[in-house]
Amino acid sequence: MKLPDRTTIISKGIDRVDGPLKVSGRATYAYEHEVEGAAYGFIVPSTIGAGRITGFDLTAAEALPGVVAILTHHNAPEQAPLATPDDADRFEQSRALLQDDVVRRYGQPIALVVAETFEAARDAAHRIEATYEEGSGIFEMDDPRAEPTIPDSLDGGLEADVCRGDFETAFSKAEVQIDVEYTTPNQHASPMEPHAAIASWDGKKLTVYMAVQLVATARKAFANTLKLEPENVRVISPYVGGGFGSKLGVHDEAILAALGAMHTGRPVKIAQTRRQMFASAPHRGRSEQHVRLASTRDGMLIGLAHESRMPMARDYEFAEPTAAPGRASYNVQHLLTRHRVYPVDMPALDSMRAPGDAIGSIGLECAIDELAIELGVDPIELRIKNDAQRDLGVDKPFASRDLVECLRAGAERFGWEPPEKRPSRRREDNWLVGIGVASAVRPHMAMEATANVSIDREGVVTARLDMTDIGTGTYTILAQIVAEVLTVDTDRVKVELGDSLFPKCFGSGGSAGASSSGSATLDAATKLVDRLIEQAVEGPLRGAKAKAITLEDGRLVAGDESVSLADVVRASNEATLDADGAYEPGPEHDELAQYSYGAQFAQVAVAADSGEVRVRRMLGVFSAGRILNQKTARSQLIGGMTFGIGAALFEDAMVDGRYGGFVNRDLAEYHLPVHADVPHIEVHLVGAPDPKANPLGSKGIGELGICGAAAAVGNAIYDATRVRVRDFPITLDKIFLGLD
Amino acid sequence: MRPFAYERARDPEGAASSGSEASAKFIAGGTNLLDLMKLQIERPERLVDVSRLPLSRIEANGDGARIGAMVTNADLAADRMICERYPVLSMALLSGASPQIRNKATTGGNLLQRTRCYYFYDTARPCNKREPGTGCAALGGFNRIHAILGASDECIATHPSDMAVAMTLLDAELEITGPDGSTRTLPVDDLYRLPDDRPDREVNLAAGELITNVVLPAPPPGRQIYRKVRDRASYAFALVSVAVAMDVEDGKIRSARVALGGVAPKPWRARAAEAVLDGSAADERTFRAAARAELEGAKGHGHDDFKIPLAERVMTSVFADAAKGAR
Repeated sequence: MKLPDRTTIISKGIDRVDGPLKVSGRATYAYEHEVEGAAYGFIVPSTIGAGRITGFDLTAAEALPGVVAILTHHNAPEQAPLATPDDADRFEQSRALLQDDVVRRYGQPIALVVAETFEAARDAAHRIEATYEEGSGIFEMDDPRAEPTIPDSLDGGLEADVCRGDFETAFSKAEVQIDVEYTTPNQHASPMEPHAAIASWDGKKLTVYMAVQLVATARKAFANTLKLEPENVRVISPYVGGGFGSKLGVHDEAILAALGAMHTGRPVKIAQTRRQMFASAPHRGRSEQHVRLASTRDGMLIGLAHESRMPMARDYEFAEPTAAPGRASYNVQHLLTRHRVYPVDMPALDSMRAPGDAIGSIGLECAIDELAIELGVDPIELRIKNDAQRDLGVDKPFASRDLVECLRAGAERFGWEPPEKRPSRRREDNWLVGIGVASAVRPHMAMEATANVSIDREGVVTARLDMTDIGTGTYTILAQIVAEVLTVDTDRVKVELGDSLFPKCFGSGGSAGASSSGSATLDAATKLVDRLIEQAVEGPLRGAKAKAITLEDGRLVAGDESVSLADVVRASNEATLDADGAYEPGPEHDELAQYSYGAQFAQVAVAADSGEVRVRRMLGVFSAGRILNQKTARSQLIGGMTFGIGAALFEDAMVDGRYGGFVNRDLAEYHLPVHADVPHIEVHLVGAPDPKANPLGSKGIGELGICGAAAAVGNAIYDATRVRVRDFPITLDKIFLGLD
Repeated sequence: MRPFAYERARDPEGAASSGSEASAKFIAGGTNLLDLMKLQIERPERLVDVSRLPLSRIEANGDGARIGAMVTNADLAADRMICERYPVLSMALLSGASPQIRNKATTGGNLLQRTRCYYFYDTARPCNKREPGTGCAALGGFNRIHAILGASDECIATHPSDMAVAMTLLDAELEITGPDGSTRTLPVDDLYRLPDDRPDREVNLAAGELITNVVLPAPPPGRQIYRKVRDRASYAFALVSVAVAMDVEDGKIRSARVALGGVAPKPWRARAAEAVLDGSAADERTFRAAARAELEGAKGHGHDDFKIPLAERVMTSVFADAAKGAR
């Protein structure tokens, strides 16, 4: 079905269909499922970063009332070797635990306590004493022993190195050169819901309730780790309290719950504590970005070099495409983009909140601001003048590009004043005030998806797919798509998600979920209409021509006659009629470069004495094809921009290089923005349905809001203070030490 | 958390008596103690719940005030008399924690909260405060939030309270009931000990001694200000905080009191700064000289070096603000 540009239900900013369940505590998250006879697990983490376990003293723990079992590498069920099979995706590989005495990372589970109560399990876990032979791990990439390597590929399948023209020569001859080093810190995703799972085992089949973004790959990960057939694994994840990348794969608590269940024969439930999440949940690594720009004096960008250095966890192949935004942002003849990774003995480094783009846009978009200042031109005009004409990374034309429109619309709405029209320094009492801008460019990815839509004799429509809703609004947009096609109200549509028994989707990741699963759902709903028409011409609308039948307000209409969809089902011999649908990215994804776009604006105030920063307002204009729900889309973008404030000013997961562990392991000391840090944020959506993106015409939006947001804040801080901080986050000490 | 016995105290004397038993702890709001118990940093065998003791009154006491130890931070911050006489106290309270925590946390408990040093919270790391004699992981580690004044080679942790900084500025006195039913008073500045070689001993209270009330003398003359500088706008501990009460007339400082938070193992009464301010001209030069005098012996440990110039800048700026309101 081809959707019209203007739809009735799709795109409307209706409230979340699962909202009442969530605010009244009735939405069941992983740890909350009632599973009869469940025992509680608590993880015992290693307290060294590398080495061997030489012994355990379990006496005190075993003596505690209520302790059911303690698993260590001596008695845990046998599993496939870690990170195998080699050719599998990282989300599908074995994540084996408790297999040997080797400690590969700080906070690695070395034992699991299973007890009758959570309290007994936790107490026993604290009483387990382990002895170690401490090895000498490499925890940070500035360790002189850390050797850089070229990753096989980057996240999203991108190439590690892309060079066009001859950057070095162009740079050496350029009239204007910018040569700067930006760094961004380790970050933790920190979703509200902790990583949690309940596993049960009946001797053949494993069932796991868990907090996960990708159901289908999680099922394979259990199968690969525990040497089971995928058909004997069921993963259930109806509600997920935020993931931000950290729940893409299967993590410690889920594997341990399965091991505990297999070992004890009882269901086992485990949630990581916040401190454990900060030790071992997947995180984003520190990046060191060398950015060089070559330009003519009149602002024609000739060359761009972006070189990224980041750590990579030794048993976990993932490289963040930090220098990739530069391949698709500016129209340069000479391009040099390189990624190097340094294997380290750390927990998984993985996708987090717009991998590559969130932090790559810091180096790139702040460097562009530096060039605008060097040239004395308006940074918006500089961006417009040099806007990319082609994706230099994959050497393909863009499917669509309206970054310039976003920049212009944003400048207008924000009240942007070009530098020559504003005072050199704005001061209000103790506050220095400035404004900043940055571009957002984020790949639109498309993934395979399938769905089933059915209708019963009461006219209730049900969509089923193993897609997840990680707080983003999937339930709502899928209900809207089905309701649009069947011309019924959304309250007649039930959406059931997050069960590996349902038709397979990629899941929630890479901002690809809504468009991919939505397109499959659109297909299934369209096919269901066809099936209902076929049924109608054999029954209630006998004699009518199928092609002449239209669908209006939930009724099939043929001339003067009409019949409700429920009556069509009733007239059949079936309890329900259903149809399967699918989406597969077409050639437009091979032949064209697909992106979402945005322009980010920020106004900040910086305390002249202390360097404290208060973001006063932010404004973003975004283009992401057809917007499936104006309200949930806007909410996601506000969330992304808020994380941009965190990346600009606060978030910094500090690693103590002496032992390879994170130091600030709670939400009091790992600073995410709190309400008082988040000002008025305005979001405007421009753009039209993009038929080249997918049948829905929608593009990825989940991670777009963070792209460029931190850079806009950093550029505003420079405008306010004339202090350029290149080492993120921009904490107050880095500012006031540069102020007079 | 380890299993513990729980007892609800009926009166302060009974509480003090039960609290003097080996391995007993008082609990009121529990906003700090419970977290520490979950991590087994605190492992009391008996909790004596003092939260229901009749110590929740705020009353005028001549020109001063008497505050029950069980008054919550939220109630104290919002009390009209406190806001009129001691705005610095209300400001300090409201700059701390979150509304939820302030609804639970009590006046007595806030005074006795423990440090937020990262390594104190990590039982796998050495910490002389947690386990005397094991060493200090913060000295060679991350110490952005650590002390620049009053620290020792054994411990560089800071006291995290904002309220206690204001109490120290206001010369609060604590009423204390002992296990034998006797009572005594103690200036708040004498409650806290510097770490020296025993950072595990944080306060001058004997086993079972219970803080029952905090008595504030008449407010100091002049303008009161509490300024807290931290890494985000709310829900963060102070990197540097400055409490000031300054009386200025005809451009001359008649009296000044200064206390600092976030920079020392205890709420830090800045007497060297006060000595410079007292009787001097209320001008930028005096303000800066006073700040510098206080920081003369300040010592950073790497990541917290910036606190020294930060404290100087913020003190100077707050002194100027306090003087601005004067006649």
